[in-house]
Amino acid sequence: MDALTSLHSRTVVLPIRDIDTDQIIPARFLTTTTREGLGDALFHDLRYDQDGQVRQEFPLNDPATRDCDILVAGNNFGCGSSREHAPWALLDYGFKAVISTEFADIFSNNALKNGLLPIIVDVDTHNWLLAHPGTELRVNVGDSQVELPDGRIIEYPIDAFARYCITQGIDQLGYIQQQSDAITTFEETRSWKP
Amino acid sequence: MPDASTLFEKVWAEHVVVPETAATPALLYIDLHLIHEVTTPQAFALLRERGLPVRRPDLTLATMDHSTPTTPVSSFRDLAVVGESAANQIRQMEMNCQDFGIDLLGFDSAHRGIVHVIGPELGASQPGKTIVCGDSHTSTHGAFGALAFGIGTTEVGHVLATQCLLQRKPRSLAVNVSGQLPAEVTAKDLILAIIGEIGVDGGTGHVIEYRGKAIRALDMEARMTICNMSIEAGARAGLIGPDDTTIDYLAGRPRVPQGDAWDTAVRRWRSLCSDEDAEFDKSVSIDAAKLQPMVTFGTNPGMVLGVNDPVPDVGDASFRKALDYMKVTPGKPMSENPVDVVFVGSCTNGRLSDLQQAAGILRGRKVAQGVRMLVVPGSQQVKMRAEELGLHRIFTEAGAEWRESGCSMCLGMNGDTVASGQLSVSTSNRNFEGRQGIGARTVLASPATAAASAVMGRIADPRTFN
Repeated sequence: MDALTSLHSRTVVLPIRDIDTDQIIPARFLTTTTREGLGDALFHDLRYDQDGQVRQEFPLNDPATRDCDILVAGNNFGCGSSREHAPWALLDYGFKAVISTEFADIFSNNALKNGLLPIIVDVDTHNWLLAHPGTELRVNVGDSQVELPDGRIIEYPIDAFARYCITQGIDQLGYIQQQSDAITTFEETRSWKP
Repeated sequence: MPDASTLFEKVWAEHVVVPETAATPALLYIDLHLIHEVTTPQAFALLRERGLPVRRPDLTLATMDHSTPTTPVSSFRDLAVVGESAANQIRQMEMNCQDFGIDLLGFDSAHRGIVHVIGPELGASQPGKTIVCGDSHTSTHGAFGALAFGIGTTEVGHVLATQCLLQRKPRSLAVNVSGQLPAEVTAKDLILAIIGEIGVDGGTGHVIEYRGKAIRALDMEARMTICNMSIEAGARAGLIGPDDTTIDYLAGRPRVPQGDAWDTAVRRWRSLCSDEDAEFDKSVSIDAAKLQPMVTFGTNPGMVLGVNDPVPDVGDASFRKALDYMKVTPGKPMSENPVDVVFVGSCTNGRLSDLQQAAGILRGRKVAQGVRMLVVPGSQQVKMRAEELGLHRIFTEAGAEWRESGCSMCLGMNGDTVASGQLSVSTSNRNFEGRQGIGARTVLASPATAAASAVMGRIADPRTFN
């Protein structure tokens, strides 16, 4: 994955709670065997009606939001399935970060492993961001900080290891492989075998 | 770790290869890796790209369930898979398992089925194991006192290549269920009530341990229904301490230890429980005796109420959006809504006892005019047992469709879908917008409530059938 050290973008806002992975990418798009090209399927049934017509009222269909790298969504984003197609679709569409007050565990894990940044902010900041679509934000990934237009700096929680991997653009498999001796020792010395 | 620990903490501690530090997560060893066709192709592609073997094919078990057809035919080779991409996914799964030496319970196997049904059925899901799968409902296997959780495809690649995962230790949440479930109130009703109580994010960052008299009284299939939906409360995993019920279920199954090894394993399993004075990070209590059959009214599993209770009229814009989507009226009970489709199946409620519940209601009755009812066994073994008991005849004589096993209409990616605007009473686990098909309106319920609704042609209370 590509290293991500900073972001400077306007926001697009989806003011809906509990946006689940079926809304992020419906299951009928999961028969793919690659990671690429899923941006077209992102929020498919929210972006298009059943006749394939664009739903004008959906925020992502506003051409002015097309270059936004940062999505602000309601609480508990990404609940539901473990499909990694959800962050793949968000990234392929062009998002690099999602801001909410809470993320589902598996979504958050999957996002971090692909360089999509889940940014958790407090309720007041979140409410302000929800009410102000198009806000220009700066994100310093290395310091885990978001800068609001008024200069206020918000620090967000992120696992130190995931942050290291994102800012360096390294995947975690290589790191686990370096523990190969420890894994072998574990297998040989554990008190029971599965 | 303090002297007293929870079951989850004990299983976790036993699998730490490299301990967690502030800078790095723990490296956790995985005892059983279940895989299926939808969330693995990209992981195998990575292994091929890097020239890596699967470290422990012997700890990996594969099946095909998500994009597979369920239409009844004499041979699976005759099946028309929905779409070229699904067919390609299935071919890739067969090729990947062959190339990497993984045991695939595929179309020719009598043991094929939904991954969370076959693991327990084969006795592969055992107390004290760490079990993962690229599927969020992996929490099901926690019913055996295993630490079982869903992972993404990148992590599937990690486990295939190293048999390990990098994980931060979750917190613990005790859900204490006292009392006794009333007649006709099932495990599905209980877990829906629990999710309603703690919310769809109430378990985020936590592993739930279900405890108490009402949990102990449940058989294994009911326990699997409970643990299966832990993820719908946002929990990382859900588990139940093993006991005689667990051990009786496992005895004699093909993949359990044999001979002296069985006795040794049983002794170890019996020691797996939370210490009496172990502390949980959070706890909630529920009285099973006060529950009734539950149905969902909104677009997530936390929007749930008793089948005869009025739909609430409170909530924010997201709440109102859900009610609009579902076309339900606040102040009125869900039981007034006409039903178009009834689905009995899935990793939540596709086991033999679930089918028996539904058949108990349908015996000698008919599915109402205009209602389509689909009964999809969770595995080919469940199908076989159900047919031995004659359940398939009860279903077909009532006018329901009897299918081959698979995930089917739970997520509608194999062609089994609910049409736009139709209301489906489903024994599955998610009532998200569009989950069962574009514009489909899903009401989650127990197999008994689903069958009662099929007969009445509207959402119905199964207790009125006695």
